[in-house]
Amino acid sequence: MKQPMVEGTFEGFLRADGAIGVRNHLVILPVSVCADPLAARLASAYDGTAVALSNHHGCCQIGADYSRTFRVLAGLATHPNTGAVLVIALGCEGVPAEQIVSMVEKSGRPVALVHIQKSGGSRNALEDGLEKLADLDRRMNGAVVRRTAGLADLVIGLECGGSDATSGIAANPVIGWVTDKLVEGGATVVLSETTEIIGAEHILAKRAADPSERKKLIDAVLAVENRAIAAGVDIRGSQPTPGNIAGGLTTIEEKSLGCIYKAGSAPLVEVIGYGTRPTRRGLVFMDTPGQDVESMTGMAAGGAHVMIFSTGRGSPVGFPIVPVVKITGNADTFARMAHDIDVDASRVIEGLELVGEAGEKLMNALVRTCAGELTRSEETGYTAMSILKDEITL
Amino acid sequence: MNGRKHAYYLASSHDNVATALVALCSGEQLVFDTIGSLAVRNDIPFGFKFALGEISKGDPIMKYGEPIGVASCAIKAGELVHVHNVESQRGRGDIAR
Repeated sequence: MKQPMVEGTFEGFLRADGAIGVRNHLVILPVSVCADPLAARLASAYDGTAVALSNHHGCCQIGADYSRTFRVLAGLATHPNTGAVLVIALGCEGVPAEQIVSMVEKSGRPVALVHIQKSGGSRNALEDGLEKLADLDRRMNGAVVRRTAGLADLVIGLECGGSDATSGIAANPVIGWVTDKLVEGGATVVLSETTEIIGAEHILAKRAADPSERKKLIDAVLAVENRAIAAGVDIRGSQPTPGNIAGGLTTIEEKSLGCIYKAGSAPLVEVIGYGTRPTRRGLVFMDTPGQDVESMTGMAAGGAHVMIFSTGRGSPVGFPIVPVVKITGNADTFARMAHDIDVDASRVIEGLELVGEAGEKLMNALVRTCAGELTRSEETGYTAMSILKDEITL
Repeated sequence: MNGRKHAYYLASSHDNVATALVALCSGEQLVFDTIGSLAVRNDIPFGFKFALGEISKGDPIMKYGEPIGVASCAIKAGELVHVHNVESQRGRGDIAR
């Protein structure tokens, strides 16, 4: 439901823990890959609106993978945009479903659990889940509290996907203009995709006043690069991707130099791990892969309310519970994929629009999105989620 | 030839390549403040780069005022610059260290 805007303010959803959401989702959360099919079935069978998260992990994991999967699930279960949660467990998996349930309860949100094995199997669990969804829906909608919020209440995630030469020339500088305004306004902006700062990390590092954050950034880049080198091949073709290369990007250095324009000129205040929440306000960097879906999943788990995603070749992918505003600097891509892309920055390429003019368009789109206007990927429902996995599956 | 100025993107005076903002045909002339008139030697697709002057094998390719790789062979002024004549210096698991 759209609300009138006054200078970058909007009516958000106030949560019991004081967080403000820009959406109020009824979330179906499978804690393991074996629970995932039921979550998808429930979402499509439910006679109302519920969003199923995807989870292809959550069992037979170890070490950092085990904790990361839990952290991401917990982060999404208590996300500012999450209004209520139906947790789905097979019953024997690694992730402790009751702990997720308990965390959601403590956050003041309605929550219920479907235990597939205890229900007596997939069919019974489907019926059980549909009843519980209806009940959660009623409880969630009966307890809605709205509060006027502004940019300073937001964490905004930045992403680029399907980059081409226009990304570094138009779309990313336009995002950078918005980043600077957001940071000035007290928001937290999250740059990510560690692979896509290889070749530009020295530029970003200089903007970190805190030497320990600077070191964390450089270490994160070297860790990714060394892992890639250990694979024994030239990363070209993986990064940049074949599409990046067909779009004019020759090396990861060139791609990265174009990518960091998204970060504008603000100082870098913090470097954080995958799926963790920023603790400082301003521009932060999250260590994620360059792969868009894993990266967006990490930023969402870290509490990003909304994301801005530049695409040159044309990526339609959004995220289930976080609205993603798509922008392109490629006129041909915008013309062909207008139903997937929100903002056209191609006039900057043509010299017909200044970066700041396109930046205002993007900022307006961002505020309208927070006020309730659906992004293209929310309209199409073309969303994806994938939790980063690094270790062995046992 | 009309010597279009807004047919290319040049980020920095340190750059030795420019990026085509329209598809350019081999032989097309462009005008630059620094080097004057330059004819491209190949068809340059939209978004692809061409050399502003001669680049020797092993020299850095400069864009946005920063190195984006090195020339893997000699490159002539106006020539297409892309994966066939540029090597990256990062993530090279294929070369022994």
